[in-house]
Amino acid sequence: MTATTIPLRAPTTTVSRSKAAWAVADALSVAKRNIISMMRMPQVIVLSTVQPIIFVLMFRYVFGASISVPGVRYVDYLMAGIFVQTVTFGAMNTGVGLAEDLQKGLIERFRSLAMARSAVLAGRTLADLVRNLFVVVLMVIMGFIVGFHLHTNALGLLGAVVVLLVFGLAMSWVMALVGLVTRNAEAAQAAAFPLMALLVFPSNAFVATRSMPKLLRAYANHQPVSATVNAVRALVLGGPTLGKVVVAFVWAAGIVAVFAPLAVRRYRQAA
Amino acid sequence: MSNDVIAVEGLGKRFGGVVALDGVDLSVAEGTILGLLGPNGAGKTTTVRVLTTILQPDRGHARVLGLDVVRDAERVRASIGLAGQYAAVDENLTGRENLRLIGHLTHQPRSAVRPRADELLERFSLADAADRPARTYSGGMRRRLDLAAALVHRPPVLFLDEPTTGLDPSGRSDLWGVIEELVDDGTTVLLTTQYLEEADRLAHNIVVVDHGRVIAEGTAAELKASLGNTIVEVRLADAATTRRASAHLQRVGPAEVTDDGRTVEVKVSDSGRSVMSVVRVLEDDGIEPESLLVREPTLDDVFLHLTGHTTDAPAAEAPSQEGAA
Repeated sequence: MTATTIPLRAPTTTVSRSKAAWAVADALSVAKRNIISMMRMPQVIVLSTVQPIIFVLMFRYVFGASISVPGVRYVDYLMAGIFVQTVTFGAMNTGVGLAEDLQKGLIERFRSLAMARSAVLAGRTLADLVRNLFVVVLMVIMGFIVGFHLHTNALGLLGAVVVLLVFGLAMSWVMALVGLVTRNAEAAQAAAFPLMALLVFPSNAFVATRSMPKLLRAYANHQPVSATVNAVRALVLGGPTLGKVVVAFVWAAGIVAVFAPLAVRRYRQAA
Repeated sequence: MSNDVIAVEGLGKRFGGVVALDGVDLSVAEGTILGLLGPNGAGKTTTVRVLTTILQPDRGHARVLGLDVVRDAERVRASIGLAGQYAAVDENLTGRENLRLIGHLTHQPRSAVRPRADELLERFSLADAADRPARTYSGGMRRRLDLAAALVHRPPVLFLDEPTTGLDPSGRSDLWGVIEELVDDGTTVLLTTQYLEEADRLAHNIVVVDHGRVIAEGTAAELKASLGNTIVEVRLADAATTRRASAHLQRVGPAEVTDDGRTVEVKVSDSGRSVMSVVRVLEDDGIEPESLLVREPTLDDVFLHLTGHTTDAPAAEAPSQEGAA
């Protein structure tokens, strides 16, 4: 300890703002913390950069040669699938992060502070939204490098990015619940993987569902990943679009409507 | 009472079938340290969680600065600081970033956040490490950062949940010094600990809990006095002699063989005369002690006396093993 004595206690002043304004400010503070923290975690950096790049290259050059989809070049068909796959698996980050915060006692500290109750979850999902934006932009660039052609226009691509981010945010709430229930980073990851795999692989992300057995096809055609892939694909490849985008948004909204309240309730109990 | 900063009445909490708190009463006067002492699972952390509004009690009331921890939770939070046994800092953030984050989250004016973080880093000898991620810190540095984080908003009431568990002796006495200074500045502290030495050194008052209930309270001196004033420790050559000596020494005062099987502890109230009696009894029986020691009771003795087990044995989990030990 140093010899200089600095008063540890003295009358303190706090800034007064409306409750809503503080909810936003606190969520931004937590989001900023999460973004700084993520940028210093090698596993998150790899998950957010190397992995998406490898997936683009692998599907394009390893599987791409032996998969054909009628009516469109496979690389153009594939990109929408890889984008959706990446934001879906990326949502695991939300759950792992929350589980870690619980494990380390950080959430305990936050709950003892006079900050907005919503800030921990809002800040976490917000940070993951920013991370997803970075990942999606990176993957679009990678896609163009390996020969992906945009069949529509810049507006279509922008729309596709929005659909991807909205779906990523929705999946973040699912994973938030998983993280809060498991309370352990490894367990969250273990619980999340099969869930994510069941959404991503039996879908139209990489192949047309036509070749699947009847029951599997029925499932693959009516689940959120396929719906999102349909919307993104239409936005970058053209064809009937609006209906598909609406269906994708309905799925995302439905997921948030179910999982956000569950996650919030779980967070309140998670002491 | 108006000058009780913390007042707890009949606090109860169960988790499923496990009773964590079974009617806890306690109070802490302004500017004092209360030591909440007990083994793992006694209900110390649950009490802290209720008082810091993290957990809601099933029954009973708790007030901090006159504010109900359930109904006025938000106002309570603005006045308390919590530092835990898990150093609750973000390991990827630097010490400085961690403190600034708490500054923002406790709604300090923007202009005040930076200087406050800097002065705390200085005060807790973390200035040199301020811009390194907390994961590179030693155990003691993390604890200091954790405590600094609890002080960012200058809370008048501080909860310390086993603040020195896992620290080496120098880290421990460092932290003790800081806690004492805080109280000199007028902070009221509730501290949980498994270390009797810690409660003895820091706490003005001690509440001993076991199985979610308060089993004793008072100053360290009062608790020790409740045991009788003095303990005479007689060390003997072998187990058989020890048992024999123990039987004879019952005449002087309550005598017990300790865990090592070769020491008899006699609780006496009048040390001068009792030591004479101990020597006489041993001499009459032809027993020659290896050593003879007169000492004041420690809080360990108090704890053993009150609970039937020592502080390092878990209270709830294994009663049968403890009975055998």
